[in-house]
Amino acid sequence: MTATVPVPTTAALALGDDALVLSHRLGEWAGHAPVLEEEVALANIALDLLGQARVLLSMAGDEDELAFLREERAFTNLQLVEQPNGDFAHTIARQLYFSTYQHLLYAELARGDGRFAPLAAKAVKEVAYHRDHAEQWTLRLGDGTDVSHERMRRACEALWRFTGEMFQPVRGLDVDWPGLEAAWLDAVSDVLRRATLTVPEGPRSGAWAAGAGRQGLHTEPFGRMLAEMQHLHRSHPGASW
Amino acid sequence: MVTATAATPLESELLRLAGSVPDPELPVLTLLELGVVRSVHLRGADAVEVEMTPTYTGCPAIEAMSLDIERVLREHGMREVTVRTVLSPAWSTDDITDEGRRKLREFGIAPPRVRAASGPVPLELGATRTLAADGERTAAPAGHAPGSGPVPCPHCGSDDTELLSRFSSTACKALRRCLACREPFDHFKEV
Repeated sequence: MTATVPVPTTAALALGDDALVLSHRLGEWAGHAPVLEEEVALANIALDLLGQARVLLSMAGDEDELAFLREERAFTNLQLVEQPNGDFAHTIARQLYFSTYQHLLYAELARGDGRFAPLAAKAVKEVAYHRDHAEQWTLRLGDGTDVSHERMRRACEALWRFTGEMFQPVRGLDVDWPGLEAAWLDAVSDVLRRATLTVPEGPRSGAWAAGAGRQGLHTEPFGRMLAEMQHLHRSHPGASW
Repeated sequence: MVTATAATPLESELLRLAGSVPDPELPVLTLLELGVVRSVHLRGADAVEVEMTPTYTGCPAIEAMSLDIERVLREHGMREVTVRTVLSPAWSTDDITDEGRRKLREFGIAPPRVRAASGPVPLELGATRTLAADGERTAAPAGHAPGSGPVPCPHCGSDDTELLSRFSSTACKALRRCLACREPFDHFKEV
């Protein structure tokens, strides 16, 4: 069956699942953010991503069914975006890695005339603010106190192994993946250096790194996240406001 | 039925009516002033299709806007009203009319600046508040987000304002504070 999935659907699901899952993770900060402004900022970023997810999943089928009724193995999001929020530094490192990737990827998709160009052209403007938010926080925490520096360093190291997966080609997306990866590495390295952090040295792909989210293999915390995200819809099928 | 011909007088009237609907979150603005109603096409004697575009992809107001447009056009004799959301070309804050900007300012929200050409902007060290390298408190979000030049305070008009947060009460606004009159205010940020 899987071999018959049309190619644009594969791409819509991959991009849509990234946005949906990260949106849900960021939403978990509601009521827990360190300061009120961040509470609002993370919720707004989550809302942008949810809007993108709705458009993308609707390109692949029924958005609610896809979001709430698929099993874990049917999700093709990157393992990076499903990682737990951790402390604030972990959330910022995840945002830095992902929003830089998404910004560069969507800018490239927006330049083309493919099926995703209209959404990408719209979303790239939103993601520019997400990326800016993550960069500013990386600078502030990295070049902050000893404690904030150490936490930011730990977070950047911990999530580094999930970053190689972002550049696996996605069927149906006409993207220069090696070029995208080089641009991402340049951009992220530049921010880390300015933040007085060092670019992590660990592997970004291969046997010791993660990276099979696009194939439906996920890390252990993802199942619990999905259970929480889906339980209302599954418990009360067809419920609405 | 689908033609690219110029709007008929009735279509122009319906466009005016659809555009006169107030924004549910910024009721001082009409949808026309916000620049989100794109077109109105008759699909029969009393059937009409409206194209609108969201400010942000995830803007939760879009459903309320659609319902309001439907209601207004039904009240004016349309039996069948379809509101379609289009993404392309992407909405920009440059689509807000001058009258819309004036009303925003009067309402206490700093209007978006006209967007500068995009291009690399040097990244500055982020302090709690955004201070530019030369010490001038500019509004510019460093990095990749558009917009440059001062954001004058909508209350007292001073250019001496600072960024508190890139995200505010809604996705489309940033939170700022005036250093002259000390009032915090929302800024409709540039996209």
